[in-house]
Amino acid sequence: MTVLVLIEMDGAEAADASLRAVTLARGLGDVSAVMFGAAAPAVGGVTDVYLIDPAVTGGYAPVAWARTLAGLVTETGATAVLAAGTERGNEVLAHLGAITGLPMAANCVAVRAASDGTHELVRHRWAGLLLEDAVLEASVALCTVATDGIAAQPDEPGPAVVHEHKPELTDADLAVRATESAASAGGVSLATARVVVGGGRGVGSADGFAPLEELAELLGGVVGVSRVVTSEGWRPHRQQVGQTGTKITPELYLACGISGAIQHIAGCAGAKHIVAINTDPGAPILAHADYAVIGDLHQIVPDLIAALRAR
Amino acid sequence: MDILVCVKRVPTVGGKITLTEDGQEVDTRMSGFTVSPHEECAVEEAVQLTERLGGTVSVLTLGAEIAIEQLRDALALGAGRAVLLDTGGNRPPGPPRETGGNRPPGPPRETGGREYGPIATAAAIAAEVRAHGYDLVLLGNEASDTGDYQVGIRVAHELGWPVATGIKNLAVTDGVVVARREYRGVEEAYTLPLPAVVTVKEGINLPRYPSLPGRLRAKRAQIERVPVPWRADGLRKQKLRVPDSVKHQAEVLGSVPDLVRVLDEMGVL
Repeated sequence: MTVLVLIEMDGAEAADASLRAVTLARGLGDVSAVMFGAAAPAVGGVTDVYLIDPAVTGGYAPVAWARTLAGLVTETGATAVLAAGTERGNEVLAHLGAITGLPMAANCVAVRAASDGTHELVRHRWAGLLLEDAVLEASVALCTVATDGIAAQPDEPGPAVVHEHKPELTDADLAVRATESAASAGGVSLATARVVVGGGRGVGSADGFAPLEELAELLGGVVGVSRVVTSEGWRPHRQQVGQTGTKITPELYLACGISGAIQHIAGCAGAKHIVAINTDPGAPILAHADYAVIGDLHQIVPDLIAALRAR
Repeated sequence: MDILVCVKRVPTVGGKITLTEDGQEVDTRMSGFTVSPHEECAVEEAVQLTERLGGTVSVLTLGAEIAIEQLRDALALGAGRAVLLDTGGNRPPGPPRETGGNRPPGPPRETGGREYGPIATAAAIAAEVRAHGYDLVLLGNEASDTGDYQVGIRVAHELGWPVATGIKNLAVTDGVVVARREYRGVEEAYTLPLPAVVTVKEGINLPRYPSLPGRLRAKRAQIERVPVPWRADGLRKQKLRVPDSVKHQAEVLGSVPDLVRVLDEMGVL
């Protein structure tokens, strides 16, 4: 049985999120990778690669990518199509679902082919705060794989057969295309920062973030905020950590004046260490933190800055 | 320009999320309800677009009668017309109606565990779009509860319209939408002729607070109702679970020097 996996590229390499999808797909059959790129990077556990010259679609064109997958499903008789649960992966598989009339299960963490031809799966709801056990009844299973649900288990890249594939596309398939502009200017990104100093309602005002900025700079990190802070307009939305903002994975998340609504926890649960500074010893964040200092951040943060400067 | 915004009623979950005993839905006895966050921004975006360009904003939700609360929230923000794609079931709280008899004690269950999947939802929305006619349909990128990431795209295919998703910036000029989002630190722009479908994400704008006149207008507004029969999607929910997590209580540090020592041990200094 053939399983198609859409591989997204990270530079010249396959993106980590796509390797997680390959790991999950290997439990379902022989994996054929589908790549839109000039050259195919070696991916472990893959028997075939369908390589599509990016000039054919003129860059990222979600409908054209989905139409390509639809054609390959027919050509290979694939029983499942997987992609990473990224913006693009979810988008392309939703288009594929709409084109084929098939259901699509987003952000799966487990998929198993049952003997009756259905697929039993576990998927994220509430950005992973809940899990759903579900049965997917479809001639072809369309699933995206949660980017933080399972670890990629790389296999030694073996000899995969590379097929240079030319999809049959119409002008309508290519009507919506991404025009990319240059990468946004430098600075440490929230998603990849090693230290994030978080500020919530307890910071109290837009001005109150100055000490948090100073502390973040001292620690070589960045400031992240809770949803209430962006809703109040104290800080821009791009600094929001949480379900509707950014998921972070730092070594340290120092949560200052953040009570810990679960939508916020959905964004910071990937931190290796969480330290909370909060006046309320009963705040929900304490059930997710490794350490806590009970007290007013307006005193503790300046004291911490002074102590770090004195070292 | 006539805009339709599709919103979803979702539980307001705070410090923790709990499930009903049968594992079919979120236990909402202790929570309120709200418009899913991306969609609140979709309403604001539609209102801003019509303030600049003229036109109308209609708001739609698919749900039980009780979801008119969220339609009224959107009306209070500036939408002019509201449509309930009525799934039957729960009435809003209030005294028993003459014909309804006594309602059972305790809160109503939100969905009775029976959810309308993305395929059925998209078909119902597309039917409303065909019946009424719109230039632009806005949705949230994904609902905060089910996180299916596909209703907007399926609506677009039903209608044969172009679609862009995950949008953080929207401009409309001369019948053309330019929709922007970020992907791996790079800005992507999509150019779509109207009519089109766009799904947006929180951060595209900062939704306004409803004004008092807005609230009063919303309270009096007529709600159009269209019954929508349930049909099975190919994805069948069995049950929901709260993932096993290593729940613990933080070790409380007594002083800033203790905090410095801990940070040092973590290797972040």
